[in-house]
Amino acid sequence: MINVLHRLGDSSLGFVEQAGRLLLFLLRAIASAARPPYRWQALLRQVHFIGARSALVILVAGFFTGMVLSLQFYDTLVRFGSVSLLGSAVALAMIRELAPVLTALVVIGRAGSAICSEIGIMRSQEQIDALECMAVDPYRYLLAPKLVAGVISVPLLTSLFIMIGIVGGWFVGVVLFGVSEAAFFQGMYETVTLHDIRMGFTKSLIFGLLVVWITSAKGFFLHLERYGAHGAEGVSRVTTDAVVIASISVLCADYLISAIML
Amino acid sequence: MDAVIQVTDLVTHYGQRRILDGIELSVLPREILVIMGGSGSGKSTFLRHLLGLKKPSSGTIRILGQDITGLSRKQLYALRKQIGVAFQGGALFGSLTVGENVELPLREHTRLDEDTIRIMARMKLEMMNLSGFDTLMPSELSGGMLKRAGLARALVMDPRILFFDEPSAGLDPVVAAELDELILKLRDTLGMTIVVVTHELESAFKIADRITVLDQGRLVITGTVDEVRATDNERVQDLFNRRPRNDAVDRDAYLHRLTGYRHDAL
Repeated sequence: MINVLHRLGDSSLGFVEQAGRLLLFLLRAIASAARPPYRWQALLRQVHFIGARSALVILVAGFFTGMVLSLQFYDTLVRFGSVSLLGSAVALAMIRELAPVLTALVVIGRAGSAICSEIGIMRSQEQIDALECMAVDPYRYLLAPKLVAGVISVPLLTSLFIMIGIVGGWFVGVVLFGVSEAAFFQGMYETVTLHDIRMGFTKSLIFGLLVVWITSAKGFFLHLERYGAHGAEGVSRVTTDAVVIASISVLCADYLISAIML
Repeated sequence: MDAVIQVTDLVTHYGQRRILDGIELSVLPREILVIMGGSGSGKSTFLRHLLGLKKPSSGTIRILGQDITGLSRKQLYALRKQIGVAFQGGALFGSLTVGENVELPLREHTRLDEDTIRIMARMKLEMMNLSGFDTLMPSELSGGMLKRAGLARALVMDPRILFFDEPSAGLDPVVAAELDELILKLRDTLGMTIVVVTHELESAFKIADRITVLDQGRLVITGTVDEVRATDNERVQDLFNRRPRNDAVDRDAYLHRLTGYRHDAL
């Protein structure tokens, strides 16, 4: 019994400690990103890495998501005889929910894991210490560009996802099932409001921050892991953790933002 | 002569465990001080404290007259521009070429033009017998080359103090000897103060002006090579003669370690 209590206390202490560390990490990274001189070149490289190089995956994922969404909605709407709502249903689901979440998940898998393992390896090979010792602030040099790039790239990728998703929905609904093209797009114009777009945009901004924040912090604090993390095994374990935690955080944040903004 | 580095009563902990205990040390200008000790002696921890990467539990570390335990980040960074650190594995950044790695401190801290930066970096690489390697990526270099490139980067700002972590670990004897020569040359030609952390005896005896030996978190002895060699301290002699440690075994503590139970409580 004492043992269980002891372990419970131990792990909750660990959780509080890690949460505090992550929060301080974020504050310091934001503070370093806000202070000039800005590192445009590093930022551009990171936008390229997180954003541009995820674009193809996003296009494929978005197209298929739009198609399957259209398929499912069509099947449902036919039963109620309201197929004309297909366009708005696809667009609303995409803009408010699916595009931000799925984009964030794709970015976690593609860029987030890479960010975590890259920084984790830098930590375990003393490269981050080397930066410190050269009087180069790792928060400014290494982390701030990634964080800003995440906040820029994820919303852009999300809008790409929405566009291609609507094309996918159009393809299944209009081309395959013969829904009237005019009804498909007219419905969309009439139902989608600025508020829906604002909600999707807010989500993607916050997800972008969350994804880079969590994955880079996990790598950065590799050496402080509670049960020790060394070498390749440590980096791979921490990366797995980072991907899981980031994904769950995105889903939790998604619910919270929806609940607040709806 | 004023000491370049002055450590007074340094005590550090890792969690509850005491790692360093009452360390007193001074390093004089233009001297090569070698910190020796076996694995787990606390020498890596000591180095991290000297570099300001860790904060001690108590005690002071004065480097170039400033107590680094009480400096703000800004002041610490200003001080670090006068300090070079060569890490064990080189710690080069994998995403930059060898040349860009060496140029990095100049780019960050000076307003020199592109050509000057490149020339200065190449000069340091030349000094390390690495001319022509500046366009390669770190992954294309051998262990010894990485170490030398790391040293070139540590020297590019012409620091007053150089810290070198395990210069000869993992190198073949010839390359290790070359690095020793290089360290001596740096002191003689550039007048640098150099602190080397190592467990390699041969290299320590060759380069050191003074040696200090760490054992289980305490400094056992500090002195010239001859003084340290002549000491009758058992721990030091064990280290020098590669004798296995014969720790007196406390029966109860041993049982406790094995079983996880306190023997007397059973």
